[in-house]
Amino acid sequence: MENDTVTLAEAATLAIDLSLLTLLFLVAYQMLKSRHLFAVVMLSGIYSLLSALFFVSLDAVDVAFTEAAVGAGISTVLMLAGMLLTARREKPLMPGRAPVAILVVFLVGAALMYATLDMPAFGDATAPANAYVGLQYIERTPNEIAVPNIVTAVLASYRGFDTLGETMVIFTAGVAVMLLLGAGSIKGGRQVKDVSDDGEAQQ
Amino acid sequence: MSDTTRPTDQGPTDQGPTDQIKTVTNPAGMVQSAASQEYTSIEHLILRVVMKVLFAPIIVFALYVQFHGDYGPGGGFQAGVIFAVAFILHALIFGLEATKKALPQGWLSVLMVVGVLLYAGTGVANMLLGGHLLDYDTIDPQSTHHAGQHYGILIVEFGVGVAVASTMLMIFYQFASREPEISDEEW
Repeated sequence: MENDTVTLAEAATLAIDLSLLTLLFLVAYQMLKSRHLFAVVMLSGIYSLLSALFFVSLDAVDVAFTEAAVGAGISTVLMLAGMLLTARREKPLMPGRAPVAILVVFLVGAALMYATLDMPAFGDATAPANAYVGLQYIERTPNEIAVPNIVTAVLASYRGFDTLGETMVIFTAGVAVMLLLGAGSIKGGRQVKDVSDDGEAQQ
Repeated sequence: MSDTTRPTDQGPTDQGPTDQIKTVTNPAGMVQSAASQEYTSIEHLILRVVMKVLFAPIIVFALYVQFHGDYGPGGGFQAGVIFAVAFILHALIFGLEATKKALPQGWLSVLMVVGVLLYAGTGVANMLLGGHLLDYDTIDPQSTHHAGQHYGILIVEFGVGVAVASTMLMIFYQFASREPEISDEEW
């Protein structure tokens, strides 16, 4: 009886993984095929949500959460906003170069698949990701930081300096967008109205 | 949002850069964007009602993710993004001007700096208290259960949340205010 339930759970996991990967593949293919940028942006949002689901099935909830919030939420909206500034349709593809491209893609894909043969099995206790520094974090966090979520302990305390850098990167990105798109149009110490508010062409 | 004053450029043909500039310079676009902010009709009624119901829960969820990051998945990055998403949805449904009235752009640039300074300031405060940069144990050295670490993580994550939320919204404001709002048909 016990044996039966285990195989059932395994079969269910396999079915979920396979269907998620198939959906990812289909969405990616549709993104490549579509020339309609609105559809491509929406599909990329769906792709992010699907990969978030895949991260959940790999037990990486924090990563899945970030992917769902940033990938499916913010990037989709920013892509839509960016799309408004450009054309709605992609230019048709130049014919003639497809065979070389397909060959390159197949070669790289085959090399990557060959490389996966050397990878440790998922959840392998002796895998490098689980053995050295990760193990140290798991052992030390209850004594040194005493927060239940080890990811937060690593992110905010052990690697606080990294996270400070990441926050700086986001801040810098915001400042760069402000400078490029014209929030900081300052003349004589006073903020001036952007020209696009008057409906004039910007380019 | 009447589309009669717009040039008919919704055909299946390629909309190149020339079409784009025509759309921008067209004075009809101004008229339309002004009319689209009034909402005297019942346009998008379901969306607007749903958004009014959902706005507060999204903010509450963002705060939960923010301050529950020690115990479950989440933290400043995710919470900041969720917080920003609430306002972005608001802007998508009620128009950017309405959102800018609710959360002015000037506040955002201040909040961006405040978030980063909260994080970096915590690190500097740790140094002033005699430890290394971001050594949160100096906040409460007598504690037996690492209360200093907990305070430090909470403050730092809050800084991240504020910085991420305001930066994301700022980027969205910047992109979205480049062009007058477009009609439904133009998508």
